[in-house]
Amino acid sequence: MAKEVNIFIENRPGRLRSVAAILAENDINVRTMTLQDRGEFGLMKLIVDKPEKADLALKDKGFASALKDILAIILEDKPGSFNRLMTTFENSKVNILDAYGFVIESSKKAVFCVEVKEPDNIKHILQKEGFDVLEEELYEF
Amino acid sequence: MEISFWNKQAETMDRLALEKIQLQRLKETISYALKTHFYKNRLEKIGLKSPEDIKNLSDLKKIPYTTKDDLRENYPKGLLAVAPEEVVRIHTSSGTTGIPTVIYYSREDLNNWTENLARGIVATGAGKKDVFQNMMSYGMFTGGLGLHYGAEKVGMTVIPIGGGNTKRQIQLMKDFRTTVLHITPSYLLHIHSRLEECAARVEDLALKKAFIGAEPHSENTRKKIEGLFNIDAYNSYGLSEMNGPGVAFECVYKNGMHIWEDGYITEIIDPKTGIVLGEGEEGEVVFTNLIRKATPLLRYRTRDLAFIYKDTCPCGRTHRRLSRITGRSDDMLIVNGVNVFPSQIEEVVMRIPQVGTNYQICLEKDGALDRLIVKVEIYSKLFSGDIKELDNLKSRIKEDLRASIIINPHIELHEPGSLPVFEGKAKRVVDNRIKL
Repeated sequence: MAKEVNIFIENRPGRLRSVAAILAENDINVRTMTLQDRGEFGLMKLIVDKPEKADLALKDKGFASALKDILAIILEDKPGSFNRLMTTFENSKVNILDAYGFVIESSKKAVFCVEVKEPDNIKHILQKEGFDVLEEELYEF
Repeated sequence: MEISFWNKQAETMDRLALEKIQLQRLKETISYALKTHFYKNRLEKIGLKSPEDIKNLSDLKKIPYTTKDDLRENYPKGLLAVAPEEVVRIHTSSGTTGIPTVIYYSREDLNNWTENLARGIVATGAGKKDVFQNMMSYGMFTGGLGLHYGAEKVGMTVIPIGGGNTKRQIQLMKDFRTTVLHITPSYLLHIHSRLEECAARVEDLALKKAFIGAEPHSENTRKKIEGLFNIDAYNSYGLSEMNGPGVAFECVYKNGMHIWEDGYITEIIDPKTGIVLGEGEEGEVVFTNLIRKATPLLRYRTRDLAFIYKDTCPCGRTHRRLSRITGRSDDMLIVNGVNVFPSQIEEVVMRIPQVGTNYQICLEKDGALDRLIVKVEIYSKLFSGDIKELDNLKSRIKEDLRASIIINPHIELHEPGSLPVFEGKAKRVVDNRIKL
């Protein structure tokens, strides 16, 4: 299963930069990121090329960081593909906790990252439906 | 100036007669104290076996001070001096370390307390014709019920609404032509800021007076309140250990609060050395309750700092006056009239596993009201990366604190190691409230 790095981060100037600096020092490449905001703090979610290394480096500098399993699903970059994916989730009665996407090859391919309660179950269903669910490939695409 | 009395004889008796009553009541109080587990041991240690061992008022000095810790350690029955069936009321307060303190009242105790409140109310010129809206909390806090009984005794029309619900407060003030309020100064200022949105003007109200108490305030705050509402505001003082509100009350001269000295012996001491100070010197206020049999308290340290005025009051009352409370000799905080110890907050946040080792307590002004902000660091080892868990953690801290300190704090979560660390005894309270 692909890993997402989750970091507890205070909402004040300079905190994101501290994370960025740690990643840079450790030669870690960021594929994408998103933030869940809660006022005085937020949760930063990172897809990076070396998630374990990033997690340890952040913890080492005192950050509260945790790795989470995530479904990284390849979507064709064209109308209707998102609908097909969502139909599969609906039919499987799986609720999505958080999701975000990014394009990896313009007009061709996008990755949709989905956080669910039990990723293993839905992963098999998605693969049966012909979806490409990424593992480590996500980090290097 | 028109001066009214509830009990002119008692309020204006000469000092000699007053001291005679004090001595007689002190002996009586000691006879009840000797019936309690706590004082029996303590007084026997200093050779005090019978009330007759007290020959004059200065003998009081032989008795050690009683503290809030003593009350806590003797919870629930160590200070009960009457048969349980003689108790008609119990008031408890939340303890600083989870153990509460309790005060028992007999029928006679309640009557004595009410009598003092009637004196205070009438001393301000209020009376039977007034409509009294009691905006202090009822329940275990003595502020609400105490004044309620006093106002009924005087014959005022009482509106027992209690605290909060500003819109309804304003509606009732309009509908029933309320003339007298009992309220904390910060809440009264808050009400003023809400008048407009409740479509009310000061001119629509019939207010004449406010009894302000439960939180220390300055002369400027009083002046501000008086100006905004065009009323007279009277300071009052009390604490549940001395029955509740009405231990001391201002008269129409508004220059210090008359302590009902036939009910309480007052001493001012140096909080560090315990040495008794003279009139006019500022120190910690120590009371001996002379009018409560169910829970007698001798030389109780209030932790409030104040002084006693040297001069006499032109109103004719011989009972000396207590100054405004200028501070505390412990770390107790007063938040919107509610007493909170930092240790109570610590006790709650530190038993939650997802909270790290550091926290901070901040106080700010939100309009006229106080805002309590509790900042805690999260514990990295129990961080799962789940935003729901963080939301739940925040609401759990809020709920647990509300249950313990009876006020609604604002909770902030912080990164591990981000809050200031203090050497030795942590000084975690940051009070940014601007004095009104």
